Amino acid sequence: MSGNSGKTMHIKLQVWRQKNAQEKGAFVTYDVSDVSPDMSFLEMLDVLNERLIHKGEAPIAFDHDCREGICGMCGLMINGVAHGPMAATTTCQLHMRSFKDGDELIIEPWRARAFPVLRDLVVDRAAFDRIIQAGGYVSVRTGTARDANETRIAKQDADAAFDAAACIGCGACVAACPNGSASLFTAAKISHLGHLPQGQPERMRRARNMIAQHDKEGFGACSNHRECEAVCPKQISIANIAMMNRDVIRATTIAEDDKQTSGGGM
Amino acid sequence: MQGPSTPSSTSAAAAASSPLLKSNAPTGPIEQRWDKHRFDMKLVNPANKRKYKVIMVGSGLAGGAGAATLGELGYNVECFCYQDSPRRAHSIAAQGGINAAKNYQNDGDSIYRLFYDTVKGGDFRARESNVYRLAQISVNIIDQCVAQGVPFAREYGGLLDNRSFGGAQVSRTFYARGQTGQQLLLGAYQALERQVEAGTVKMHTRSEMLDLIVIDGRARGIVTRDMVTGKIETHIGDAVVLGTGGYGNVFYLSTNAKGCNVMASWRAHRRGALFANPCYTQIHPTCIPVSGDYQSKLTLMSESLRNDGRVWVPKSKADVGKTPSQIAEADRDYYLERKYPSFGNLVPRDIASRSAKEVCDEGRGVGPGGLGVYLDFGDAIKRLGKDKIAERYGNLFEMYQRITDDNPYETPMRIYPAIHYTMGGLWVDYNLQSTIPGLFVIGEANFSDHGANRLGASALMQGLADGYFIIPYTLGNYLAQTKLDKVDGSHAEAQKAESEVRERIQKLLNAPNPSKTPDAFHRELGKLCWDKCGMARTKEGLEEAVRRIPQLREEFWNSVKVVGTGDELNQSLEMAGRVADFLEFGELMCRDALHREESCGGHFRLEYQTPEGEAARDDEKFQYVGAWEWKGVGVTPILHKEVLDFEYVHPSQRSYK
Ligand SMILES: Cc1cc2nc3c(=O)[nH]c(=O)nc-3n(C[C@H](O)[C@H](O)[C@H](O)COP(=O)(O)OP(=O)(O)OC[C@H]3O[C@@H](n4cnc5c(N)ncnc54)[C@H](O)[C@@H]3O)c2cc1C
Ligand code: FES
Repeated sequence: MSGNSGKTMHIKLQVWRQKNAQEKGAFVTYDVSDVSPDMSFLEMLDVLNERLIHKGEAPIAFDHDCREGICGMCGLMINGVAHGPMAATTTCQLHMRSFKDGDELIIEPWRARAFPVLRDLVVDRAAFDRIIQAGGYVSVRTGTARDANETRIAKQDADAAFDAAACIGCGACVAACPNGSASLFTAAKISHLGHLPQGQPERMRRARNMIAQHDKEGFGACSNHRECEAVCPKQISIANIAMMNRDVIRATTIAEDDKQTSGGGM
Repeated sequence: MQGPSTPSSTSAAAAASSPLLKSNAPTGPIEQRWDKHRFDMKLVNPANKRKYKVIMVGSGLAGGAGAATLGELGYNVECFCYQDSPRRAHSIAAQGGINAAKNYQNDGDSIYRLFYDTVKGGDFRARESNVYRLAQISVNIIDQCVAQGVPFAREYGGLLDNRSFGGAQVSRTFYARGQTGQQLLLGAYQALERQVEAGTVKMHTRSEMLDLIVIDGRARGIVTRDMVTGKIETHIGDAVVLGTGGYGNVFYLSTNAKGCNVMASWRAHRRGALFANPCYTQIHPTCIPVSGDYQSKLTLMSESLRNDGRVWVPKSKADVGKTPSQIAEADRDYYLERKYPSFGNLVPRDIASRSAKEVCDEGRGVGPGGLGVYLDFGDAIKRLGKDKIAERYGNLFEMYQRITDDNPYETPMRIYPAIHYTMGGLWVDYNLQSTIPGLFVIGEANFSDHGANRLGASALMQGLADGYFIIPYTLGNYLAQTKLDKVDGSHAEAQKAESEVRERIQKLLNAPNPSKTPDAFHRELGKLCWDKCGMARTKEGLEEAVRRIPQLREEFWNSVKVVGTGDELNQSLEMAGRVADFLEFGELMCRDALHREESCGGHFRLEYQTPEGEAARDDEKFQYVGAWEWKGVGVTPILHKEVLDFEYVHPSQRSYK
């Protein structure tokens, strides 16, 4: 394919090993020989794991599924960078040709207060689901929708909604953020639905509840480091965070007004 | 038993079906069947719905949509998936689009046309009533998804855009860039999470179903393993629904996600659910070819690429080593355009795949091992400009370059067919109920709508039709007319299933001579299945596979090496369990392929082809669904037949010339 066939590399890895959520972890060094540049990063770990099993050692646990960069299941810190050195790329789509023979790589799980490590490189991202539960949807009952073409939606709005909706929920944004914030993840959903007419009726409530859940999960606040945007495999823009912040401010003011006039929330 | 003497003599056919396989399809004019059936079905009193517990295994398009809708109706739903979130089900990977008979393009589409195309595309091996219902429901799906905020592609005027896809002569495919599955799944996921918040659905992530619990002949629960702690749990309910996806990974290399497996269906099969048409597997013509032995999966390049890309190989074997630019126009064989002048590069998947194999078998394939053909955008770029091509396929080109390090704007892509979808699955009736009462099967896991070959953009449609629009009705109908005893996890059958699960895990962990990894077994099985039961099958090859798979299975139980224990997060144990089931399932698939002495759709037997090399069906003998009954490991399964009637679309030989 790429003219690499035949050449192989030797890579030294320092991998975070941790038996479970309770026990402490540590780095363990592995030498991996005969790495083909056409292998994906995860295939390199597969090869290492096969060798470990043969030696009777526990293979390295890591999350993955589609291996096409779309399910958001994979995610490793590689030399301190979420998903490694290649821009706009998930770990599963990173190939060993991005590295050189003899490279030393440090591999860690996502590190964030809200993402506890379960084993080795596997973390618990259930907090993301709970943020969506707090309002990341349009309340529509199955079977009651009107004809899809009754509401026209300007192409630029549909495109903007799509750009935000492309988030795969991998958590790289959180891992990259010095504050461990999930602002980019949360904003992407608020902005996806906020750009569409269907999302309007619940827009303020959605913003308020999702951000409240975000804070409750222990994610930090956004202070504009922009690290999230830099590592996002789907290139979700931090402009979405600005939109979220506007919605949250408006939502809070509306809620205050509600309290004064009706003595209750919405 | 024998098929009808003339292919479309309907009553004789019906009489010949196995009594186990009553389709329960309504009769009367086809366009009224579903409406009539919905009216005839019993309803569950709204106040009683929450008293019913429904176990939904799977949270992909089918399971996610089903769990969300059942929860919304008020049922008490427990939903399971093996990933860490329902948003990651393999449906997320679908690129191309979803069909619906909206006729928004005013190009002559209709429900009847979609029905007709699907029956014909399935090579006359699907049940007409089901297919018609699918075509009817297709229009509601798009409405539903748009209302949820799914950002489908739009035209400048703000209306929904469509494209033509996978051999269809109308533009009925809705799409969201190259991420249609992702956007549809996120719609279902959000609806599901809304119900989790509302308290009607309880989601169990990182939970794998390892067995089905059948009590008094009815499906009443499942046994699961918590994939983080290893805890074995029993869940009892009033009905069980499987939306657990397809079995393409029996071939090891496929376009499926790594975790896709047959376990849920297979465990149900072992408990009495008949498995239908396992030999109907679909091979997708446009995947990135294999690059080395470490390869863990194959990546699909959306079929939409065939709209503008031209497929070719060198005319002469002598040229295969040259770079594409060294091969003159006159020395290229655009074999699809040559053989199928009216469909050209857009012929259905099975035909495109087989033609690629043929030219590679002739020694004209390109790239490593000669297993590849060119998909060339040179002419399209000349005609439309690079920008237009980038707008249409930019993300696909990028993906291709990332994987192969080649730039498709400058040099043709190399593609090769790969396993992509499985039309076979657990047998279900019109209500999507399996042969075990109370066990329903939806999405790719059932066999129902695509016959021997699925048309592009129809799986997403079927998954959502089953999940949003069919199962909520038919499951209610079952519950409303069934009186179930109160049972709990202490029931002898539940205890038995649980202890069998524990024993099996111990067996996997303690093989007598542990020396070979689960992955190594899986690769070996996959290669055998691909060689003998892949794109072209023969009696000899299949007989060999049926002989060798049991040997491999025996070796597996003797020497599989799994490190660690069952009481922890243990990915190699998970994999071993899945491979163990594939080793039983693979044998059934090959047996089914062996028994079906005809070629149809994705099942191509070299012995049965027309003089022009096209699939030769044998309607006289094989116009039926073959559903297999489990009799034990290594025991020949029993074949049951549901004879198919074609009242509307009369079987004819497919022709795409
Ligand atoms: C790369 C690719 C591209 C595709 N593109 C298209 C396209 O453009 N158009 C189209 O119509 N179709 C397409 N298809 C086909 C289509 O995506 C699938 O057929 C469809 O999405 C399957 O949906 P499902 O809900 O049945 O299963 P899945 O989405 O596979 O979901 C299965 C669910 O079951 C769960 N599960 C499985 N086993 C267990 C178990 N033992 N215990 C607990 N949970 C379990 C999983 O966790 C998951 O939640 C494509 C397929 C692939 C592979
Ligand atoms: S494994 Fe799915 S995104 Fe990487």
